[in-house]
Amino acid sequence: MTELLVGTKKGLFVLEGEPGAEFEIKARAFAGEPVEYAMRDPGSGRLLASVTSAFYGPKIWHAQDPAGEWEQARGIALPEGGDAALERIWTIVAGEGDGTLYAGGDPGVLFQSSDGGSTWELNRALWEHPTRPSWQPGGGGLCLHSIVPWPGDPDRLALAISAAGVWLTEDGGSSWHQGNEGLAARYLPDEASESNSLCVHRLHRAARRPERLFMQFHGGVYRSDDAGQSWTEIGAGLPSDFGFPIVLDPADPDSAYVLPLTADTDRVTANGRVGVYETRDAGANWTERTEGLPQENAYLTVLRQALDGRGEGAALELYFGTTTGEVYGSGDAGASWSGAASHLPPVYSVRATV
Amino acid sequence: MARVRLRGALKKLADGRSEHAIDGETVGELLRELERDQPAMGGWILDERGLIRRHINVFVNGEGGSEDTPVSPQDQVDVLPAISGG
Repeated sequence: MTELLVGTKKGLFVLEGEPGAEFEIKARAFAGEPVEYAMRDPGSGRLLASVTSAFYGPKIWHAQDPAGEWEQARGIALPEGGDAALERIWTIVAGEGDGTLYAGGDPGVLFQSSDGGSTWELNRALWEHPTRPSWQPGGGGLCLHSIVPWPGDPDRLALAISAAGVWLTEDGGSSWHQGNEGLAARYLPDEASESNSLCVHRLHRAARRPERLFMQFHGGVYRSDDAGQSWTEIGAGLPSDFGFPIVLDPADPDSAYVLPLTADTDRVTANGRVGVYETRDAGANWTERTEGLPQENAYLTVLRQALDGRGEGAALELYFGTTTGEVYGSGDAGASWSGAASHLPPVYSVRATV
Repeated sequence: MARVRLRGALKKLADGRSEHAIDGETVGELLRELERDQPAMGGWILDERGLIRRHINVFVNGEGGSEDTPVSPQDQVDVLPAISGG
């Protein structure tokens, strides 16, 4: 049985089912509220959800049972009396230490929890980084959307911020440096390649080769083999290298899946066809996976947090949600797909849990 | 003391009470004092900058107000979510 946590414009939907079949809605929480992201901490089993009320601002909530009482986490705020306010929490990620969780948000901020998400602290080194005044927001704001721990090493972390690029720490977040060498921002003049306007859309690390990362950029798919310091473009075999999410098979450090959209000026699946593209040779070649996906009159948008995997290898399950409220799933590493849910509100995020 | 009235989610956070008697010379002072008195409300009405959140409306004796609007002990201050959505 697979559990899907689907964050939508109108609440959190908790789905359960088997890959290849339609999923059942087991619970809905935060009815009417935008749920940007939800995850289940693999260590504690606790659910955490990022909810951005139009009225009351962004909060993180936690619960054991999605249909039960949710408790508001403490410490999800910027320092009082400044000239910035927290706009949104984009992601929540389990860290390497016991009870360690990270949350990333707009304006380019990182929070850390050491107690499983009950209380949080702002990472001051990133907040006070001297380059911060030059950071540029992307269309979704100055969003810290990707937090990538290093398996077994709590001191090493990679972050991605749209549009302030990749940030790396090797000392547990006490200091940060950029990792943007090789990224080409086609939306900027050549002379501006060293700028802080690098619009990373999503970042993931290969679990069994942690110095390797894959990135979906704002025009470009990239791979790093040096822990995120430098990047090589690998999107040449794709019909379009614009898209938002990327996901990896944990068993295979040469694997990545992307969901190309037509272009930054037309952010829907190309030509009315939906295709997931898979590489098993680190980006040298890409294979289109379309079996079971709509192949005509389908102009879908899949946002950066709306593609996820569960398991690995041949049994890797993949799920993605669309802004038209559909969720598609695969139980065979993308070889075939079927509808898992439909008629949901616009999907912001999908997380598959045990 | 001015009388601050809350509804819905804000009332629930404030011990379930809709009316709160609070000292302060401006709307901003009243709301900060309300947050001190009801810590669960921290960040719900005012953001980190001390500004009233964009989709919260504050009325002083029925007239729209802002952080700097003066209040006197006889005043009634209503805090409401705006009519917005999508």
